[in-house]
Amino acid sequence: METLRLFARNKLGLVGLVLVGLLVLSAVIGPGLRPVGDTADLAHASEGPTAEHPLGTNFQGLDNLALLFSGGKDIMLIALITGILETLIAVSIGATAAYFGGRADALLVAFIELWLTIPRFPLLAILATLLKLKEPWMLSIIIAVMGWPSLARQVRTVVLSLKKRDYIEAANMLDLGPGHIIFREMLPNMLSFIAIALVSTIVFAIYYQTSLVFLGLIPFSSANWGVMLSLAENKGAIYTASAAWGVITPIGAIVMLQIGLVWIMRALEEVFNPRLRQGV
Amino acid sequence: MTTPLISLQNVTRTFEVGRQSIRAVDDVSLDIAPGEVVCLVGESGCGKTTTGKMVAGLLAVSQGRILYRGQDIKSLKGDAYRRFRLGVQLIHQDPYASLNSTRTVGQILRAPLERHGFARGPAARARAIELLELVNLTPAADLIEKYPHQLSGGQRQRVSIARALTVNPSFIIADEAVASVDMSIRIALLNTLSALKDKMGLGVLFITHDLALAKYFAWEGRIGVMYLGRMVELAPARALVEHPRHPYTRALLSAIPEPELEGVQRRERIRLRSDEIPSLLRMPGGCAFHPRCPAFEGERCSAQSPALVEVGGGVSVACHPVIEQLRQQAQAEARS
Repeated sequence: METLRLFARNKLGLVGLVLVGLLVLSAVIGPGLRPVGDTADLAHASEGPTAEHPLGTNFQGLDNLALLFSGGKDIMLIALITGILETLIAVSIGATAAYFGGRADALLVAFIELWLTIPRFPLLAILATLLKLKEPWMLSIIIAVMGWPSLARQVRTVVLSLKKRDYIEAANMLDLGPGHIIFREMLPNMLSFIAIALVSTIVFAIYYQTSLVFLGLIPFSSANWGVMLSLAENKGAIYTASAAWGVITPIGAIVMLQIGLVWIMRALEEVFNPRLRQGV
Repeated sequence: MTTPLISLQNVTRTFEVGRQSIRAVDDVSLDIAPGEVVCLVGESGCGKTTTGKMVAGLLAVSQGRILYRGQDIKSLKGDAYRRFRLGVQLIHQDPYASLNSTRTVGQILRAPLERHGFARGPAARARAIELLELVNLTPAADLIEKYPHQLSGGQRQRVSIARALTVNPSFIIADEAVASVDMSIRIALLNTLSALKDKMGLGVLFITHDLALAKYFAWEGRIGVMYLGRMVELAPARALVEHPRHPYTRALLSAIPEPELEGVQRRERIRLRSDEIPSLLRMPGGCAFHPRCPAFEGERCSAQSPALVEVGGGVSVACHPVIEQLRQQAQAEARS
């Protein structure tokens, strides 16, 4: 309750929440309200905004707004699952290495570094092609498994520095146990970091999957912001002013999603860190 | 004679710095009885904090051993380890770093109480309030809901002391525990510590760079003076202040500022041969103090490191000229 109340007092966080909320809502009820047409309408292809098509039409004369509504679901779902999964893997491995130190640390660090040397995007592209991904969550797992090491290394550094803090030393002297020390003493001090890491993994998950879709490597439903972007670019949308709406629409949606997430996380940071709260 | 509560036996701690190794603490021996107060005094880098951390079990010794109630702390296991772990608590210097900013005072105090079964639920809260009152933090019932950033430095340090007391320790290491608070609060905090020590029968290792504070706090106890990792003089506080033996102790005492009163003769400030503290990476041979020592006597001082020798009255000193002089005095007395 306290957390919610504090969050509600943060204006930027609320704006972010509204932005992300609108996008989620549009992905849930939008396709029902404004379905994408079945047939191309070449008479109205690549138009700018009109009353009938508020965000213009694409090269096939399909409504950009309708495409925006149906193109978000997969992207957001995959990004969310990837972000959570990747953060979870990275935090558990990074924190284990740093907290227990010694041989466990050496082993895990060696593994992390080995993993980091693998050129990830090409491998991701190859895997995505080979595995014939049918379900969005399968892509999540692949992106998460490819992406966790750099975050794990950051988590390890954070835990290593936390381990040296006087209050952790005090907790050790009071024999409060690893469970208490990790979850009660360290985790709250890492939450803002983890929150930001979560956003950044979500952001990268969006980049990765739109890139894969853009390259045509994962054939999800054609309604996807990445597909929109890819097709619009292919059909030369960036060269004519009215057709540019086919590019602006998905980019706008992606930017809205990212910035909304970042603002939410910044608000969370203030909620979690009592010292930042003073000014509120 | 009873077993000392804490016993340091030829404790040495080295740190690796690049390819070199420095001796932060070099061959220090010290026994502390239950309820006794010992002050460690010295300039920064003399090894006093390292000594404190080793006694607290936060840092391993490189050579020698530390005994808690007669047992090597390195070999403790199970219940015996737990008794040591809870029995010896260290209070950190910086109260802004030693309290977790995400936890309230109540949470900070209740965690150890509940973890070790001293009190639970409402009883834990009551005990937390009791502890806050014990360290003179009032109104305790209000403070218990506060976060550390809502407290002043002095209040934080008191919370830190209360936290150390949750587990009923028998020995407290106060590492410059009052150095970071305001001058006006310092004495009040010292008095609180002093009262607690008497009330709870705590042994205290009080670490400070300020000999005046050591004098104030340990008047009934002993003071050990450290210089570049070695104990140069260890004596009952009164003896050390009134009859300092080691030239370094004399220099330190003469550097305590005194109020200038009319008709009172000012103490002469002892001039050192050099004001520069040698780097631990380039330790002078022989007695580490010889490049600065006003009593420097040539080759013996620069070639041979003096051992800490008991010279009577509980006073031990590590200095060739001083020991030589005392020996001659004793011989002269024996002859006459």
